[in-house]
Amino acid sequence: MTPQRMISAMFAAALAALIGAAPAFAQQPAPATPQDKEAHSGEAVPTVQDPVTAKRAVELESQLRCLVCQNQTIADSNADLAADLRAQVREQIAQGRTDREIKDYMVARYGDFVLYRPPLKATTILLWSGPALLFLAGLFMLVRTLRRRKIEGEPRPLSAEDRRQAARLLDAQDGATK
Amino acid sequence: MARYLVPLIAFVVIVVFLAIGLRLDPREVPSPLIDKAAPDFTLARLHEPRPFAPSDMKGKVWLLNVWASWCVACREEHPVLLDLAKTGAIPIIGLNYKDKNDDAKAWLGQFGNPYQISAVDADGRVGINYGVYGVPETFLIDKAGIIRYKQIGPVTPEALAKKILPLAQTLEKQ
Repeated sequence: MTPQRMISAMFAAALAALIGAAPAFAQQPAPATPQDKEAHSGEAVPTVQDPVTAKRAVELESQLRCLVCQNQTIADSNADLAADLRAQVREQIAQGRTDREIKDYMVARYGDFVLYRPPLKATTILLWSGPALLFLAGLFMLVRTLRRRKIEGEPRPLSAEDRRQAARLLDAQDGATK
Repeated sequence: MARYLVPLIAFVVIVVFLAIGLRLDPREVPSPLIDKAAPDFTLARLHEPRPFAPSDMKGKVWLLNVWASWCVACREEHPVLLDLAKTGAIPIIGLNYKDKNDDAKAWLGQFGNPYQISAVDADGRVGINYGVYGVPETFLIDKAGIIRYKQIGPVTPEALAKKILPLAQTLEKQ
């Protein structure tokens, strides 16, 4: 392997590692802590003991937006409201509600905004299709530019006038160096 | 010509989008409860032992104002509510959100009480049912108990004059 190849192989490996690791950086749901109980003092909030239910609760909480600190999920947020909504999620899980029902409960109160993944609707069509449309537009422009460049870049045979001009320039240069 | 025109048009489009985006307030999340029945509840009153329920207000157009003694913006809107209560234009019911009764009573004692009744939502459960995510918030509820308008943040004299009172008058005629 040549040194250049080795360097590019190393770059590729580093890039692959970065891309692979990205989701791990992007989101780390907060573990279910007993803090939630304290935040809701004076009231019996069912404790989620078994790990499967706890995992389900955290998963749901990671899909719901905290309306106070809007760029955090209710799982991540320390806001009072987030603690209350976490308690709601756990309580409803304990009551045997499905994920769908719990999400509907939140949407009925706070609107679609509470969902981190907005539903596909007439008003969100552009949101969902936007990236694909932008990509297609970019692709179209790239292809067009490349085609045009190819046509322009084609070497065209020298005309008699071109040759005469080249000869003149070369002669002039010879004259200057002498 | 098209070479310069296309980027220029793209630039103008982006500027227009950004300008609109800057004018929108991301804190104002439209409520899905508009034109829906006000969620029912039965809560203790702050000053009396008997409970309060929204059905007690049936046949009236009224305001439900979510407030707390710990809320700074509530203090800002408080004079507006006091003035409104003096005119008697519309009954104001308070929802005392995640507060301590003693603090709430002391606060009303100090700044004045615009509320006919304050219902005590100590754990914020009723607040969740109303989609409350910050205090203050104010709901305009019609005679049939339907939420017609939600003011997010303090009630300002402008909001009162331009939106809330005209809408309340229309609802009163229904």
